[in-house]
Amino acid sequence: MSASPNLLERVGRATARGIAEIGFGASLLGESLFWLVLGRARRQPVRLPAIFDQAMEIGIRALPIVTVLAGTIGVMLAIQGIYSLRPFGAESRVTTGIALSVVREFAPLITGILVAGRSGSALAARLGTMHINQEVDALRVMGINPVRFLVVPALLAMLVMVPALTLWADFVALLGAGLYVSGELSMSLAVYAERCLESLKLNDLTHGLSKSAIFAMLITLVGVVNGASVSGGAEGVGRVTTRSVVHAISAIVVTDMIFVFAVTR
Amino acid sequence: MSPDRPNPIEVRDLVTHYGDRLILKGVSLDVREGEIMVIMGGSGSGKSTFLNHLLGLLRPTSGVVRLLGQDINAIGPLDLFDLRKKMGVAFQGGALFSSMSVGENIMLPLREHTNLDEKTMQIMARLKMEVVELAGFEHLMPAELSGGMIKRAALARAIVMDPRLLFCDEPSAGLDPVVSSSIDELILRLRDAMGMTIVVVTHELESAFKIADRICVLDKGEIIALGSVDEIRAHPSERVQNLLNRRTEDVTLDADAYLRRLTGEG
Ligand SMILES: Nc1ncnc2c1ncn2[C@@H]1O[C@H](COP(=O)(O)OP(=O)(O)O)[C@@H](O)[C@H]1O
Ligand SMILES: [Mg+2]
Repeated sequence: MSASPNLLERVGRATARGIAEIGFGASLLGESLFWLVLGRARRQPVRLPAIFDQAMEIGIRALPIVTVLAGTIGVMLAIQGIYSLRPFGAESRVTTGIALSVVREFAPLITGILVAGRSGSALAARLGTMHINQEVDALRVMGINPVRFLVVPALLAMLVMVPALTLWADFVALLGAGLYVSGELSMSLAVYAERCLESLKLNDLTHGLSKSAIFAMLITLVGVVNGASVSGGAEGVGRVTTRSVVHAISAIVVTDMIFVFAVTR
Repeated sequence: MSPDRPNPIEVRDLVTHYGDRLILKGVSLDVREGEIMVIMGGSGSGKSTFLNHLLGLLRPTSGVVRLLGQDINAIGPLDLFDLRKKMGVAFQGGALFSSMSVGENIMLPLREHTNLDEKTMQIMARLKMEVVELAGFEHLMPAELSGGMIKRAALARAIVMDPRLLFCDEPSAGLDPVVSSSIDELILRLRDAMGMTIVVVTHELESAFKIADRICVLDKGEIIALGSVDEIRAHPSERVQNLLNRRTEDVTLDADAYLRRLTGEG
């Protein structure tokens, strides 16, 4: 009977929770910077091996799947590009469209989504499990700051590996598209490469890579915020894991749009 | 106790809430140097909450917790950091890091807080594993350990820095009687060998009577009895005796109140 006050209340609660989580994410980022800069002075340095471990997991292990998806997307873009230019008889101009859309949009986006699904969820699950098993409490009573020990290594690894993977995805997607184009349009791979490079400016590359760095940060913070908010045992861990993937991908897509809107017009 | 040397653990009028719900209703307790204090009470009496406040994991509404003479809710982060190196905690479920081997888990505090070389740290970790009778198991992962072994490994990690204060949450809960009593003996040995001040939280009577120098009985967020094992055993209070004899309270059932509860009225 009283559906609307109920609905209002639920919307209100969800909004309050969202704002609290964004605030938590922002303070985590600040605290991470603090430990990164002042950790050594506080006798709590951020350890390099921990960063390498994370970088292996987030970056190197993701290489095969990034390669496959980037190549596939390159071919798909080539097919669609040629199809859309055919009515104008301008198929040979397809390189510009491919080069720009891969480097500015598709490579960062697909890499971000992939890492969110692979590593953002894993981060949320790992932190959530540690939280429930009192491992986070154990760190605190040992005098080991959990943000310094768990969050900073993951954040740094993400900030290095996501742009690196994006650069690799740029290369693979352009190569995949090139292979298709050279077969379809009797354009040699060398000419294709030359035209790609002509249509790309440094700005396009930095546009894509800056976005991927922002995505890296979003994925980490969303994963950590969700992992830290877990309650209710193993089932709770499953819930926050799913939630973190959905949130991270939404954050990536929305941020992408805002970034493009602010920078490109 | 000489007046110039404060008790290692002093709690004064500790009041705590979860949200609006009052949990601890003004708890005061002193733990003396080198004694084993057992905090006992039924499930939900507030034992874990009390322990978490002793460890500085939660902030009280009011009241003071002083460890080794320092008010843990008032000192700066660097002092707290130094204080934490002098205390060890064995959590109920062990709280071993599942991504590290048992040996790595035990070495972690050394790795983080000392500049010892790898070899020395390994030797120190092995020494503590000998103490808890886990020698030779350092390469196993926590998932490969039995319940009793997890508790032992957690104890080894808790004492690896030779702390002055040791806290154990339900060290013998969920273990079979033989393993459980061997953990009790281990705790006694630790105190005798290292002179640590030890706080043990438990709801197991036998274990409490076996290891305690003094027992503090917590019920519904209040200390209802405090004293030696014999004093607690002979305590005149009915609430204490109910707890010792595992009788539930409120056996005289108020039929009307019961009915009101069931129907959700009042
Ligand atoms: N995180 C929490 N949030 C809200 N209430 C809690 C929380 N933890 C414990 N409680 C409540 O506080 C009371 C004391 O719990 P606890 O300290 O865990 O008791 P014990 O360890 O003696 O079983 C219980 O009624 C419990 O429901
Ligand atoms: Mg408890």
